[in-house]
Amino acid sequence: MSVRVQRPGLLMSLQDRGRHGQHHLGLCPGGAMDPMAFTLANALVGNGNEAALELTVLGPELVFERETLVALCGAEFETDLPHNRPVLLPAGARVAIGRAVRGARAYLAVAGGFAVEPVLGSRSTYLPGGFGGFEGRLLRRNDVLPLGDEAERLSRERFAALKSRNGRTVRWSAPPLTVADREPIVLHAIEGQHFASFGATAQRLFFETVWRVAPESNRMGFRLAGPALERAEDDEILSGPTCLGSVQVPPNGVPIALMADHQTTGGYPRIAEIASADVPRLAQLAPGGLLHFARCGLDMAAELRRDARERLEAALRGIAWRYGT
Amino acid sequence: MQRLAAAVQAMKPDAVIDLVPALGGLALHFDPAFEGNVLEASAALVDACIKAGVPREPADTGATIEVPVCYAREFAPDLAEVCRLTKLSQEEVIERHAAPTYRVLMIGFAPGHAYLGGLDRRLAVPRRASPRAEVPAGSVAIANDQAVVYPYAISGGWNVIGRSPLVVFDAFRSRPSLFLAGDRVRFRPITRAQFEAAAK
Repeated sequence: MSVRVQRPGLLMSLQDRGRHGQHHLGLCPGGAMDPMAFTLANALVGNGNEAALELTVLGPELVFERETLVALCGAEFETDLPHNRPVLLPAGARVAIGRAVRGARAYLAVAGGFAVEPVLGSRSTYLPGGFGGFEGRLLRRNDVLPLGDEAERLSRERFAALKSRNGRTVRWSAPPLTVADREPIVLHAIEGQHFASFGATAQRLFFETVWRVAPESNRMGFRLAGPALERAEDDEILSGPTCLGSVQVPPNGVPIALMADHQTTGGYPRIAEIASADVPRLAQLAPGGLLHFARCGLDMAAELRRDARERLEAALRGIAWRYGT
Repeated sequence: MQRLAAAVQAMKPDAVIDLVPALGGLALHFDPAFEGNVLEASAALVDACIKAGVPREPADTGATIEVPVCYAREFAPDLAEVCRLTKLSQEEVIERHAAPTYRVLMIGFAPGHAYLGGLDRRLAVPRRASPRAEVPAGSVAIANDQAVVYPYAISGGWNVIGRSPLVVFDAFRSRPSLFLAGDRVRFRPITRAQFEAAAK
């Protein structure tokens, strides 16, 4: 059983929740840029942490060989495929997905997941290292993505178990948790290790500016266009650890927010750390998207994370109830 | 930092899923499901380590990694510049580069990318003014008081003086990273023919 890529769209890759615990080898966790949308897409087809397709800004055209239960979650794309709900595609179905009209990234999950081998404990594609996912690379035209032997049976059984069915889909949908209605979005940020080494002007500008996601942004990091941030001291910084959501400022003054495939250490000063709960919402900004930073402390960041987790768990309970479990 | 990392490694709770010693700090990566205050938990852990006594020596993996290096001209675009800056002959640079036993100070930047301390002081040269867009995988380079071996073809500003046929990071190996923090490393000069044979 398989899914054929008729047209690859932009930057499409297989991702799961990533490979954690390998920072000490210089390897970041990677995985889905928006883990909330990824988790919902999988839950809607009855999966856990299975590999799903990550779509970015421009969607693909896919042909499903057999009857397959799918779900598309995250950004809203131009397509006839209903969003945020399970859909049982008939054998031979051709699914065409156009541009993202709200948000930047969506996940297409299939019942049973895409059957690629895990590498270092994850099926996520790690592009800089060229491993994981489908041959360690972005998907191309005519790639044939394998599904498990059980995928067709799982698809039918799971769909049959769902409540409130309506033809090949259902009468309900999961809430989109990470896609904003309007911009600029607000990201909470903690002062970074080197915040004090920036001048008063740069410190003020960081929190007062409406930043724009620059075109040269990718899974490694988002460059933020706005005023240049100058440091008050220009002493060398010892290479230090970084993490998802760290905001580095290289000598050119253009901040970079580190995203899923970030470097594990860096020698640039870190002006701020974005609250982990807010990083998935940043992942939903396309180049040109607007954002604003709001100062927060560690306690508030932890509170935001608890809140995000509770909202996700509530959505997952709703989906589980519709599966009768 | 390496000594503190060794102490934390020995005492860390399950909630700490990854530990990254770097030159400018030690990162504790917590399980996202951890409910407590990470700052307080980290501070308590470090306090406990200091009370228990931080080891005198950094964690010693006991391993010595031998890295064959071919210093041939086509692999060493910056060797001439290093000679000029240090006023040493090529033979002297190679001899001094291959003489010491280095220690892996930290792994970072890219998978398997090791910062090696112990470079001969006479070879301390600054980074290149303009980084190269792409340095080939296996390139052996020096800057300031350290040496590195590039795991992938990536951009870099260090002075490239040779190339190793070894694969620095391979996700499919049982030990993906050739180097681990605390390892000892020695460079062994090889000829172009030996490089070709080993790279096959």
